[in-house]
Amino acid sequence: MSEGQVKKIMYVNRKAPYGTIYALESLEVVLIAAAFDQDVSLAFMDDGVYQLKKGHQTKGIEVKNFQPTYRALDDYDINKLYVEKEALEARGLSEEDMCVPVEVMSAAEIGKLMEEQDVLLSF
Amino acid sequence: MLHIVNKSPLERNALDSCLAAAQQGAAVLLIEDGVYAATRGHAAEGKLQAALSRLEIYVLTPDLEARGMAQSLAEGVKPVDYAGFVELVVKHKNCQSWL
Amino acid sequence: MPIEVNGKSYETDEEGYLVNLAEWDEDIGKALAEGENIEMTPQHWEVVNFLRDYYNEFQIAPAVRVLTKSIGKKLGPEKGNSQYLYELFPYGPAKQACKIAGLPKPTGCI
Repeated sequence: MSEGQVKKIMYVNRKAPYGTIYALESLEVVLIAAAFDQDVSLAFMDDGVYQLKKGHQTKGIEVKNFQPTYRALDDYDINKLYVEKEALEARGLSEEDMCVPVEVMSAAEIGKLMEEQDVLLSF
Repeated sequence: MLHIVNKSPLERNALDSCLAAAQQGAAVLLIEDGVYAATRGHAAEGKLQAALSRLEIYVLTPDLEARGMAQSLAEGVKPVDYAGFVELVVKHKNCQSWL
Repeated sequence: MPIEVNGKSYETDEEGYLVNLAEWDEDIGKALAEGENIEMTPQHWEVVNFLRDYYNEFQIAPAVRVLTKSIGKKLGPEKGNSQYLYELFPYGPAKQACKIAGLPKPTGCI
């Protein structure tokens, strides 16, 4: 990426947090790539909304709880977090269950934002 | 834009999620186990036919052939080879893989 | 390579980062600092403790840019700049201060 050229980059997260490594990998890539000062947004769709479900307690499964790290995203100037409305509803969740401030929108609205991106990174 | 689906529609919701998000005129490419959605008589045939009215749907032929489904390609779905796959990627501004 | 502190041995990784951050105490911090040729002053400890607090809250060591900004917010602009931090930790504040703080290497630190 050449200097001064800001690209729109969206990370699309669709997997639940601990069953696979996708969620953690995505978060790590987001943090690393934040150094490039691009126009970053994160979309949480399908089971991906579980990544932000408040109150993860991972002691019992002996896996690092990376949920607190989502709260650091704001320090990295990443504050566009979109959560799929239908996915929340299908899982009995609502905006209040999310561990960080998010914008809830329909799958179609997220799809519209996808069209505007220069790069989509799928997890 | 181009959407790519590589999961069987009876095992995963990737196709449904893709169809819910895809905007009018977008292209959808079915690859790997995703190709089963584009076969005649499949449970997903109805929603795929409905989607064809607003989306362009492609299927990767080698994946269809590998699964013994080359003769069952659903109507309206356009078959592409690997070169066609590359062309689709080049032609579109961006691409989302529904993993 | 393990390090010896007060007659006890602590495991570190191939780059010298403490493997188990729960083992950390100030004496281990001092020993890790010696390995970096850094003599710890109250100003050094201020940054190291800030990093430990940040890690406890967010479970990551912040990138340099974020560290600089956050330190500026908490400890004042005269400390929230890379010149000040590099004077304390010449080989990179994130890298060296994290090592002394017993934290893993910061994500994205190449």
